[in-house]
Amino acid sequence: MKQVHEIDNLNVSRRSLLKAIGLTAGVGAMYQTMVEMGYAANSDFTGPVTLSPAPAGATVLILGAGIAGMVAAYEMRKAGYRVQILEYNDRPGGRNWSLQAGDSYTELGGRTQKVDFAPGQYFNPGPWRLPYHHQGILHYTKMLNVPLESFVQYNNATYVHSTKAFGGKPMRFREVQADYDGYTAELLAKATNKNALDDTLGKDEKDALLRMLKSWGALDANYEYKKGEASSDFRGYDVPPGGGVREPEFSDPMPRKELHESNLWVGRYFPKQWDFQGQMFQPVGGMGQIGKAFGKLLDGVIKYDCKVTNIHQDDKGVAVTYVNTKTGGTPQTAKADWCVCTIPASILSQIPMNVGAPMRTAIDSLPYIPAAKVGLQFKRRFWEEDDNIYGGNSYTDQSIFNISYPSHGFFEKGPAVLLGAYVYRTGASVYNFEAMQAPEMIEAALEQGSKIHPQYRQEFMSGVAVAWHRVPWTLGCSGGWSQENRQKNYAAMCSLDNRIVLAGEHCSRLMAWQEGSVLSALDAIQRLHKRAVTA
Amino acid sequence: MTTNKAFSVLLFAATSLVATPAVTPAWAQLGPQTLTQRGGEAIYKGVCQDCHMPDGKGAVGAAAYPALTSNKKLAEAGYPLSVVLGGLHSMPAFAKSFDDQQIADIVNYIRTNFGNHYKDKVTPEQVKSAR
Repeated sequence: MKQVHEIDNLNVSRRSLLKAIGLTAGVGAMYQTMVEMGYAANSDFTGPVTLSPAPAGATVLILGAGIAGMVAAYEMRKAGYRVQILEYNDRPGGRNWSLQAGDSYTELGGRTQKVDFAPGQYFNPGPWRLPYHHQGILHYTKMLNVPLESFVQYNNATYVHSTKAFGGKPMRFREVQADYDGYTAELLAKATNKNALDDTLGKDEKDALLRMLKSWGALDANYEYKKGEASSDFRGYDVPPGGGVREPEFSDPMPRKELHESNLWVGRYFPKQWDFQGQMFQPVGGMGQIGKAFGKLLDGVIKYDCKVTNIHQDDKGVAVTYVNTKTGGTPQTAKADWCVCTIPASILSQIPMNVGAPMRTAIDSLPYIPAAKVGLQFKRRFWEEDDNIYGGNSYTDQSIFNISYPSHGFFEKGPAVLLGAYVYRTGASVYNFEAMQAPEMIEAALEQGSKIHPQYRQEFMSGVAVAWHRVPWTLGCSGGWSQENRQKNYAAMCSLDNRIVLAGEHCSRLMAWQEGSVLSALDAIQRLHKRAVTA
Repeated sequence: MTTNKAFSVLLFAATSLVATPAVTPAWAQLGPQTLTQRGGEAIYKGVCQDCHMPDGKGAVGAAAYPALTSNKKLAEAGYPLSVVLGGLHSMPAFAKSFDDQQIADIVNYIRTNFGNHYKDKVTPEQVKSAR
């Protein structure tokens, strides 16, 4: 019980009071009281937030109709605040965004891409998968009745590819995994059997470890990993067992030295990291369905096409100046008692706003990291039909880094879209990829992808490419916090500056994840609310 | 202000702005951490034009990428040098992506192209001392 634990840390008189409320009025009332007393910090999503009633007539202006802004608007409206959102785009969602067949996208520099996809096909330039433990964004997705389906992160049939190993031949994930595990198990078993680990392992543990290694690594009776039934049952057969009299043929494990020196393990990293472990989800019809549904729920609250040019606060309230991006004209001013600003720091660093020096420094010192994605539509699902790959990710040491096969529409005939490049935090060359124009990025995705799937050129129909530093409303993918910068400036970024609080993934420790936007918004509005009710 | 004075003033600013990289996942560390382009033009086309645009005119959205064309802020070489090394606002720092020669080349390139005709050149030694 989180509440009880927190109560234990309070001073005695408050603790007794809360316990009394808890005993007589239940946990809900106790939690409510704690929120009002400022003790129920929501650093992790444990359930929907409940704010006490807003002060009569209190108003909040929210800047940005992305996930953070819409969560803030929804929850504060529920508490009784009069809320309004100003949004730069002509749609809700922000980086929660899918390019659907027929859409068009104009990037900085003026290039417009028409999304020439078959009906129903889409591409997520931004977020595209939801970890099962991101219960905040999942909560709102469920609340909005946006249907979710399984996102295939890990598929043993996908490819791991290095231009520098095995003559550039892509290897199946299952082969790479079985061989790494097999050779590691063999080496460890060898060391154990040579008594090299006797300082560390007692006899019972040694026996148990050897049993484990034999089964985990598919070792034979001599604790060796080599061609045979055990290894082929893991890595696959050259001729699989079948009907009739034909004998199965075992497959050859990759040579150990070449495998170790290939760096192919890179693709194996993802399933191990908590963020990418199963089960993952995706909204049916594209990630942007969440933003669309949220926008519908907040119909009338969001004012679109508003470019914020000035944010000013004083003792009485907040005034935000904006211009209409479509019609131009005289700048307008929106006023409210309080402001939740979810504008990315990349944009906010260029907007005058009278906050204290620490917050201003934090805003001005956060670089935005590069990222790019390419969506490719092909005439048919050759990865399914020819390669038996149904969803999942292939990885390569080329700059496209990641190919992801659609997790939906399995076995369908006709055109389908896959993610042909996902360039993000894979080294300095991400800048080189982003610096290309859209047609060059698509060409690079085709050229590099052909090394894994020779069918690419023959089956290609159309593509769309998004470089995040040229996205007009973010100027980058996400805040790029370094450890050093976070120590120096993160607290100030998340602080409450008189009547203004910032929210968004840049005010979270979940860089570039929508969950960070949700948790940041919930954290920010609870602190703002506390100030509003005590003001 | 002479260029040398500008350098000494910017020395502290540049060093304090150079951020250590974020905690990088193991899979991201395999890619090269430095950029390979050589010469101002290649570096501009391979990196800078992403935001400042191929014609150096920058771009305007919810916020702007500054134009480099006829930009008076380029008059003092120390200014673009500190920005390239340490970043500015959303622009990341490039101190760790480029060596001294590359930084000097890109600074000299933007100060002699896009309608800029500044005669004084930044040397790799000056870059080194500005880091």
